[in-house]
Parts: sequence; C-alpha cells; structure tokens
Amino acid sequence: MTATASGAAGAPDTAARRLAGALHRHPRLRLTLLLTAPLLWLAVLYLGSLGVLFVSAFWTTDSFTSQVVKVWSTDNFHALLTTPVYRQVVLRSIGVALAVTALCAVLAFPVAFYTARVARPRWRPLLVGAVLMPLWASYLVKVYAWRLILSEGGPADWLLRPFGLAGPGYGLPATVLTLTYLWLPYMILPVHTALAQLPAGLLEASADLGARTWRTVRSVVLPTVLPSVAAGSVFTFSLSLGDYITVQIVGGRTQLIGNLVYANIDLDLPLAAALGTVPVVVIVLYLLAVRRTGALSSL
Amino acid sequence: MESSAVRLRGLRKSFGETTAVDGVDLDIRDGEFFSMLGPSGSGKTTVLRLIAGFETPTAGRIELAGRDVTRLAPFERDVHTVFQDYALFPHMTVEQNVAYPLKIRRVPRAERLARAREALAEVRLDGFGRRRPAQLSGGQRQRVALARALVGRPRLLLLDEPLGALDLKLREQMQVELKALQREVGITFVFVTHDQEEALTMSDRIAVFRQGRIEQVGTPAEIYERPATPFVASFVGTSNLLRGEAARRVLGEEGTYSVRPEKIRVLKESADADDPGHVCAVGTVAEVVYLGDTTRLLVDLDAGGRLTALQQNLETSAEDVAAYRGTRVRLQWHRRHAVRVPDSD
Repeated sequence: MTATASGAAGAPDTAARRLAGALHRHPRLRLTLLLTAPLLWLAVLYLGSLGVLFVSAFWTTDSFTSQVVKVWSTDNFHALLTTPVYRQVVLRSIGVALAVTALCAVLAFPVAFYTARVARPRWRPLLVGAVLMPLWASYLVKVYAWRLILSEGGPADWLLRPFGLAGPGYGLPATVLTLTYLWLPYMILPVHTALAQLPAGLLEASADLGARTWRTVRSVVLPTVLPSVAAGSVFTFSLSLGDYITVQIVGGRTQLIGNLVYANIDLDLPLAAALGTVPVVVIVLYLLAVRRTGALSSL
Repeated sequence: MESSAVRLRGLRKSFGETTAVDGVDLDIRDGEFFSMLGPSGSGKTTVLRLIAGFETPTAGRIELAGRDVTRLAPFERDVHTVFQDYALFPHMTVEQNVAYPLKIRRVPRAERLARAREALAEVRLDGFGRRRPAQLSGGQRQRVALARALVGRPRLLLLDEPLGALDLKLREQMQVELKALQREVGITFVFVTHDQEEALTMSDRIAVFRQGRIEQVGTPAEIYERPATPFVASFVGTSNLLRGEAARRVLGEEGTYSVRPEKIRVLKESADADDPGHVCAVGTVAEVVYLGDTTRLLVDLDAGGRLTALQQNLETSAEDVAAYRGTRVRLQWHRRHAVRVPDSD
C-alpha cells in the first residue's frame, strides 16, 4: 500500500518523471520518437533500394565493356516480354512457387490439426517448437542435406527401391520438394494458430447437428482456416519465387528467375534489375489476389 | 407407464483424478421441460455433454427413447444442443446456420431455405437471414442458436445455460418465450442452469445436482416446499435452517428444519403469541437489507441460530426498515412451514 502511494502523487520530482510526464502530454512527440528510426530504415534503405532497382531496369549496358550506360530505354522489358526463354523461366518460376504453396498447404493442414487440436495441450508448445526447429538450422546445410538425400543411390533411391521406384534425382521435382521442405513451417504456423483459435464449440455444434467428421472439416474447419492458409501462402509463394540457391544445388540444369538475375548481375546489371522487378510485380499481384480472401487481416 | 426420453443408469465420468459425475440415475419423461440445477462444478453440464455424446462415460448407460446410445457419436443421436456461447458458425449467414442441419440431411435447397425461414420466424427473427452472427446482439444470437437446434425437430433438445450471457430483462423475457416455445413444439427440453429462480419458473421437474450426484428430483413445488436435504434447502431459495439446540428450543423437536423466509411474519416482541398451530421465536434484528419491493431481515434468535425473514414493503419505506436494526422482534410462522430435512451431512 505504502509503495503504491509513494509511487503516485507523493513521488519525488525527478528528471525521469518530468520527461515521462512531458511525453504523456505530447502524444505527437512520443510518436515521432517511436517511429523515426524504423521509418528511416523502411523509407531510405528498403524503398530506396527498390526504387534504384526499378530505375536501373530502364538503363542499358554497353555490350562490349559490360559498363552500365545511364540512358533511358525500355529495351530490357521489351526483351523480357519477347524472348521465349525469359517468358518460359518466368512461367516456370511462378509454377514452382504455386506448386510449393499447394504442397505446403496440403501438408500443413494435418500437421497443424494435430499440433493444435489432437495432441495433449501440454505437448502442443513442444510440437510447435519442433515444427519451427528446422528454421534454426542454416539454409545451406538443409539444402545440401537434400542434395545428399536425392543423390543417385542416396536415401531417396534406397527408400523407394522396394516399391520398384527411384528418387526424383536433381531437377524441377527436386527443387519443388526441397523448397516445400524449407518453407513448410511458414505455412504450418498460421494454420496452427487459426486451428488453435477455432472454438471447440463449433466442432461440437457441427457434430451435434448431425455432421460426420469429414463434413465438419469441409463445412466448418476449412472455411475458417482458409484465410490463414492464404496468409501462409504469402510466405511460401514469395520465398519460393525469390529463391535461387536451392535450384542451383538440387535443380540440375533448371533455371528460375533468381538464377537469371544472379547470372546477369555482372554481365548486364540493368537486365538483371528488369528481371528482378518481375517477382516484385508478381507478388504484388498475388497479394492483391490474397487480400480478397481477407487473409491479410489475419497476418 | 410413460416412456422415457432419457434414461441414465449408474452414469459416471472421471477426468483423471477428479470425478465429475458420480453415479447418476435419472429418467426424463417425453415432452417434459426438465432442468438440471446445481452450482458450478456439480456435474450438471457434464451429464448434459454425456447425453449429447461429446463425452464418453467412464461407466454406466445412456438410453434415448429406449435406445442405448452410450457409445454412439453425437451425429448418431437424435439430440440437438443449444450451447452456452451459442457456437454459431461465423463464416455462414444466419440463414445458412439455421439450414445447416438440413443441408447435412440432404434436404433439397428450396425446402431447406423455406424451413430455415420458418424456424427463424418461430423465434421472431424474420428478415435477419442474410446477416452474419457477428452483426447480431447476444439475445438475437441466442434465438438463432435455438432456431438452428429446433429446425430439424429433434426428439430432445439440450440447453446448456443458454440464458447465462443475457442481461436480466432479456433473460426474464427469454424464460417466458422458451417455455412457450417448448409447449408449442412439444419437444423434450433438458435445461442446465445454476439459477434456481430460472429452474423454478420454467421447469416441469428439476434435478438438483451436488458434487456429481443428484440430491433430489421433483416438481418445482416439491423442491421448494419439501427439500430432501439441507443442501437443496439452502441452494433453492434462501438458506434458513433450524438445527440442534435451536430446533429443540423453538420447535420442541430434534433434527434439522427448513423455514422459507417469506413464510415468516415479523411481529413486535410484545405481540400476542397465543396462536395454536403457529411457532414463535424471539430475537434481535442483526441486519436489514432493503430490496425495493421487499426487505430482508436477518434475525439472531435468542434460542441460537439466525433466520432470514422476508417482508413485503406494503406500507414501510426504506427509512422505516432501516430503523429495524437492533430492535427486538417476534418471528412467527405456521407449524407446517417448518419442513423436516433429512440430515445427510
């Protein structure tokens, strides 16, 4: 009692208290202090570099010296739209990102359902920790592990041999598989959260009104977690679209947008920049599509 | 012999170390409004959940209309539930919510919608079909839940403290409506509540629960006028027990007796006590609680013990009754209103 009393009106008038009082009376000042550093970071570094990327996409390169020529032209975008190889790579990249997203969604749902609703409550945090654990390991280590798994005569081949099958080897399927492994936690987490927040009463009500399990999943569970799947897909889609290392390690000769950007950075920086804007544009379009499901409000 | 809508035999349910339901035998008649009354943790809700099929009993047997359903899933029982938090599907409109049980039964779309509208009209929610549950008030959601549970015309409707989240005015209104609705549709209602007044107003019969067991089953009048145990006497109505020495000196008899506060007349100490058939006790007013229409007087008896008397404020005002504190009074009641309560604890 005495402690609270002296902490309130009867407190000594120190400089720290005067400052706290001043901040309380000037909300604008408070907001400025709070947001200056992050806004500088976002506006100058993040948006700034995006702006430079976009501007440099309109420059050209001297084909002899590989020097950037700062002359405005739309040649790079023209090349991008008319060269079949580029079109193919862009479509392939989008296809990979969509396939990874779909696989993640299909795999994440049962896992999240188990961790959120079936497992004993005191195991749940541990299981979520286990799901997140791969994120603590280095990206490169994990991808090289997959290179080993998928190598000729490696574990994948060995596992599938009794069924008369072989592993996918290196290539597009291996890329999709590895990317799915890498980004799966980003899908499980939002779906887990949504399922954990789903009131048990809704499932009981559905069963009570005569719905068998599958009907309840279709009519009650899936519609309520769909926004979270969409939210998770923002991660899996954009991370897959931007990736270029996995495909180098397990993709065989497969090329995705990231590889083209990487390959052109030294040769033709403006073209690389133009290629680099493609995922940005695709992801903005994807976000606009996702926003219609109401998923962004659950992020 | 009347048929039983619900028959429970030796029903037990344990959650780990704790026993929530500890041997319940109960018969609920077809078409009756049956209340399960008890404090929280008394096992009444668990019994309801066992009947609905959300829990599997540790031991015992559940029959619905003569059919053993002990091990059946909720969707295999002809029972619908109105949940305490309503459990409306947030992604569906009101109409879709109400039509959901019909959709599961593959009722054709046109009929489905017609019946859903009918059910909504039954609970006076015509025109709300297109809204989402989030756009409704608590009382309206309550009605939607009721319509959804009734649209499929189950044999049995379970209600788990459905009025608990409503404010007093709405509660009283819904009590009347619910009772009228039950009479209209003729479905057996099993109603869980911790509110004794609610149970007394609405029910045909009441089971009073305590620590996983049933203390007494009976009509509201039986429960109120002739409580079978001290617990029932104190939980239903105000606790007013005369026991031991006090019972001996006031009533001249051994045992525990219950007297309802409204049966007690408060007289001046000097008042004439010679009324055969009446019992008198003299004491001092310890506390006065003014309740608007009535005043509650807590009287410490000279014979020991404390009794509560309820007095209508016919001519007295708040100032008048405040002056009662500390005064000497004579309490008087008819001998038959002191009901002997078997001393179980």
